[in-house]
Formats: sequence, C-alpha cells, structure tokens
Amino acid sequence: MAAAGITTSEQYDYEIVKKFAIMTLVWGMIGMGVGVYIASELAWPILNWDIPYITFGRLRPVHTTLVIFGFGGSALFATSYYVVQRTCQTRLYGNALANLTFWGWQAVMVLAPISYMLGHTQSREYAEMEWPLDLLVEVVWVAYLIVFVGTIMRRKQPHIYVANWFYLAFILATALLHTFNNLAIPVSLFHMKSYSLFSGVQDAMVQWWYGHNAVGFFLTAAFLGMMYYFVPKQAGRPIYSYRLSVVHFWALSFLYMWVGAHHLHWTALPDWTSTLAATFSIMLLLPSWGGMINGIMTLSGAWDKLRTDPVMRFLIVAMSFYGMSTFEGPMLALKDVNALSHYTDWTIGHVHSGALGWVAMITFGSMYHMIPKLWNTKLYSVKLASVHFWLATIGVLLYITAMWISGITQGLMWRAFDDFGNLQYSFVESVAAMHPLYVMRMIGGVFFLSGMLTMVYNCYMTIRQGVRETGPAGVAPAGA
Amino acid sequence: MPARGMAWLEWFAHPENTKPIGLLIFFILFCLILVYVYGNRQRGERLESHKDIPFLDEEAEEKTAR
Repeated sequence: MAAAGITTSEQYDYEIVKKFAIMTLVWGMIGMGVGVYIASELAWPILNWDIPYITFGRLRPVHTTLVIFGFGGSALFATSYYVVQRTCQTRLYGNALANLTFWGWQAVMVLAPISYMLGHTQSREYAEMEWPLDLLVEVVWVAYLIVFVGTIMRRKQPHIYVANWFYLAFILATALLHTFNNLAIPVSLFHMKSYSLFSGVQDAMVQWWYGHNAVGFFLTAAFLGMMYYFVPKQAGRPIYSYRLSVVHFWALSFLYMWVGAHHLHWTALPDWTSTLAATFSIMLLLPSWGGMINGIMTLSGAWDKLRTDPVMRFLIVAMSFYGMSTFEGPMLALKDVNALSHYTDWTIGHVHSGALGWVAMITFGSMYHMIPKLWNTKLYSVKLASVHFWLATIGVLLYITAMWISGITQGLMWRAFDDFGNLQYSFVESVAAMHPLYVMRMIGGVFFLSGMLTMVYNCYMTIRQGVRETGPAGVAPAGA
Repeated sequence: MPARGMAWLEWFAHPENTKPIGLLIFFILFCLILVYVYGNRQRGERLESHKDIPFLDEEAEEKTAR
C-alpha cells in the first residue's frame, strides 16, 4: 500500500528501471542492425569487405549477444525491477547493488562484442564470452539475485505474485547454467584464451544443457513473468486462471531442464539420452500451451481491445507466436524430423519465430505499457505504435517463411540421391538455391528493424514529453 | 570399490535404477501439486484471489491521488 502523500515515483525506485528501459531500446536497435547486416552478408558475401573483424563468424555472436542479453536482458532487468516493486508494494532493495547490475551488465554488452570482433571466443553458442567476461557476468548476476530476493523479502503484500516466481526461476536457473557451462581453465592469468573443463561428448552435452535452458529460462520463463504482469495490466482484467499459472510454472520449470540433448540427435550422444530429451520435449508442449491459453484467455470478453489498442495487439501476437514456436520446437525435437531439419535454416527460422515473434513482441508490448508510466505521461503516438506493430509482424512473417522454405529445401537437397546412389547435389548447389531466400530474410529483417527504429523515436518523444510535463525527477509540478 | 556398508550407494550409480526412481518421484510430486491446486475449493478460491495483485498498486495510486 502506498504511503499517504508519497507519489509512486518516490515510493518505488524507478531510476534503475528507466535506465534499463532506455538501454533495452539502444541494444535492440544496435543488435537488430547487426542482424540485418549479417543477413546481408549471407546474401552478398562481398559485404565482408575482406575485413576479418566484420566477417559473419565474428559478427554473428555480436548480434546474438546484443539481442538476447543486451536487448532481452536489459528488458528483463527493467521489467523485473518494475514488477517486483509494484507487486510486492515495496521499494527495490539495495540501491548500490542495483546500480552495479546496471553498469556491470552494460560493461559486458560493450566489451563482449569488441572481444568477439577481435577473435576471442569460447566457441560455445550463446556463451561465447571468454573467462574474464564470464566472471563479470557472475558478479552482476549474484548482485541481481540479492536485489531481487531482498525486495521480495521486504514485501508488504503477503503473497508472492506468480510473475515473480518466473523471474526468480530465471535468475536462479541462469546462475546455475552460466556457472557450469563456463567452467574452464584459462591458459594464463593474462590471456583471454581458456579451455573447457569438459571434453568430447560431455562438453557438447553441457553446452546444450546450457543452450536450451537459456532458451527455456532466459527467453521463456522470464518473459512469461512479463506476460503474467503486463497482459492483465494492459487488458485491465486479471489473468484467466491463477491456478493454471501455478501448474504452468512448476511443469515448465521441471520439464525444460531435460530437453537440451535434442540439439544433439544423431551424434555421439548415447541414444537413450537423445530419446529422453525428445520425450520431454513433447511433454513440454502441455505446459507451454497451458500458459499460452492462460494468457490469451485473459482477453476473453474484451477482444474488441485488439481493434483499438496496438499495445494489446503486440501482447496477443506475442502469445500466439509463443504457441506456434512451442509447437514447432517439440516437432523439431522428434528424431525423424530432426534428421531433415538439423544443420538447416529451419532451425534459424524456429529460433527467430520465438525470438522475434515471442520475445521481442512481448517486450515491445511491455515497454509501450511501462515507459509512459515511468515518465508519468501518455504514449507520444498510438498511431506510430500501430505502424511498428505491422512492420514487426510483416518482418517476422517474411523472415520465418524464408527460413522454412530455405531449411526444408536444404534438408531435401542434402539427402537426395541419384539412381547410382551418389549425392544428387553438391553443397554449393544448395547454397546457390538459398540466395533468393536469404534476400527475403534480409528484407524481413529490414522491416523488423524499421519497426524498432519507429519505437525508439516514439519512446524518445514520450520521454521528452514526460520530462517537459513533470520535470526530470518525474514528479508532477504542484497544481498539475 | 566403495567401503563396506556403503555398497548400497552403488545402486544409485546405475541409470536403470535411478531413472525409474526419478520418474516416480517427479510424477508423484507433480500429482501432489495438481491435488494441492485443484483438490480443495476453498484453497482454490484463495489461490484465485491472488490474481488481483497487479491491480492493488492502482488502488494505492488512486488513494494517494485523492
């Protein structure tokens, strides 16, 4: 309960939320920009310009790091700090520690891309950072855990709202994953290079235990935390079923941990491990869809909001993409489907249907809801938000359609035999066949990036408007 | 070889033993969660009442504004 005479901006620590919200936009813009550039490099390799620092291999982790950890991570810091304060009705714990998480995380986002471009990498997907940066992430993450748990511990609301469960599971699981996947021995104290503590198939197993749980807890559970707060708030009605959210949480948390090995079908991994991962992947469909239905049904009886409210449209389309990609994921985890899809662009399409369709869309919706509230004003232009929505939707659809066609074509070409049992196509023929689809993917990316730039402009103007109305502190002048 | 008296621990080192045990533990746990969530009407109503938490801060804001 707010203390009498105290405004929300004074009762809650919004400064840290504002900083992370702004950096969400900054990293989104840069990360997606790099994404479009490397998509162009794949269509027109001349764009490498023979400069080693900007070749696809080095820029690709720059793109993934900046969009997942820069854009997505900053959005999670911002929304988790916002949601935990408002649902616990208390001020954020540990101001200095919260600031440490901000500056530490931003330092990682600056240093990691530089290190990749200079050629320093662990060669572990989504965990390319070398050991000094891993240690910095570890420090930031422990501080994050303390701030989040500290805030929950001094809550004024007796019950911990389910969104916070999802955020906390994300923080704990990420700590576990990051620590164990990055166990490595540095070559020397003053050398960036390190070697993994694991070897061979165990190393691959640990990497994909990390990799898929990064998807499960960083890109899913945490963004579900966003969903459970911002969808009800924007819809103006409570979540469809609280009990379903409880079952959703426990089933999702339990099942995700087992599925990583489906990234290693048809490799040296023991067959039973592969089958176990595929089985759990299929089971994962149930909680995923339970959660998706819970989110979408929240709008039951108020569907007309979709006609007028682009923010609601972002949130609902995000949940639809969540449903689609959590159906596609278990399907790709089936060994027979995987035999065709693995190593093809289908995987890239699947990742982006989740990352653009689900993660980015729910983030856009949440940011459009939160940023005006943070600066105590209204969104500068609802029309621009609507333009953003259509640019983003067309962008995702172009992207994933291109990658579906490209991936299935690749899979079929690589396994085609002629009458004499020889491979029917050379690899380079499959590369040539991909060219128009790579151009289409790049155009999809340009649409999505244009939407992002529209959002940045819209949010900049919203913030400016807020500052003009209430002053930099976000407090309305007397009589206003 | 484990020390005498500790040999029973070796039983856990065999996946053919621990996999079904793990399955049983987690399945039973999941069923218990379901029973807890859906098994009692009063508890169910109490759980459902928590869905309003995101809106409590608005009430607080309105009171402050008044």
